[in-house]
Amino acid sequence: MFLVPNAVVRFFHRMASPPHFYVFTECVMPWLIVIFALLSAAGLYGGLYLAPADYQQGDSYRIIYIHVPSAWMSLFIYVAMAITAAIGLIWRIKLAEIMAISSAPIGASFTFIALVTGSLWGKPMWGTWWVWDARLTSELILLFLYLGVIGLYGAIDDKRVASKAIAILALVGVVNIPIIHYSVEWWNTLHQGPTVTKMDKPSIHVSMLIPLLFMALSFKFYYLIALLQRVRIELLRRERNSQWVKTMLLESK
Amino acid sequence: MMSMQEFFAMGGYAFYVWTSYGLTLLVLLLNIIIPIVQRKQFFRQSLKRKR
Repeated sequence: MFLVPNAVVRFFHRMASPPHFYVFTECVMPWLIVIFALLSAAGLYGGLYLAPADYQQGDSYRIIYIHVPSAWMSLFIYVAMAITAAIGLIWRIKLAEIMAISSAPIGASFTFIALVTGSLWGKPMWGTWWVWDARLTSELILLFLYLGVIGLYGAIDDKRVASKAIAILALVGVVNIPIIHYSVEWWNTLHQGPTVTKMDKPSIHVSMLIPLLFMALSFKFYYLIALLQRVRIELLRRERNSQWVKTMLLESK
Repeated sequence: MMSMQEFFAMGGYAFYVWTSYGLTLLVLLLNIIIPIVQRKQFFRQSLKRKR
């Protein structure tokens, strides 16, 4: 605590206050959109046009540029959701609770994209849309965990109580994350092993790797944009009786 | 130089590649549109309640 500079502490204190957060996110949003647009344009141009076709898979491998970043995001967002949910559970910070539940639909979307694009990639390469392979199955369980979090939150009327409930569910579900990551090594079935996220050098050519990293980074920015949009509306709903929301509503007339 | 036709054909994998990209675009767009719609609804309903 003593090592953190005062300005940083003050920044977080201000950000935990809903009206400040609301104004701040409105200011950063255009910048996030510009960065996202540039990164995804570069990633798509590199991945779909510049990168050569794969010597075994031909052009079908180009699905990698959305499949792999989506799969990474499905895990990343789950961890982000679990951490913010834990912060909300322990310190009862309203904004952390809202961030946790706002992450769930975005994470579910990326999990869905990873599963469907994987299926569309599997059909021409493996000859099947689906197998009960360890990686595929554990990723499907991740989708159900996300849907469980969304359903549980919707089923409880008191949103402070609902946030506690989903925090516990999200934290228990964290056990699935290492299972997904190591599934391809523990159970060597159909899904290929890691090509990028391993200790050794990535087994993918630079011309294919760079667009992949661009797409991965652009998806991170997409997550920030989509998350802030959802957090802002959830914040308005929870704070609808507070003075700052009332003032804003009056001004919007 | 690659022709447009060649680019869209994706070496015979056009269906799989473009369905993947199209579906991703659709899902990502929905995630942006839904909060905007909810926001509009919130403002409309709150203003109605006031009157």
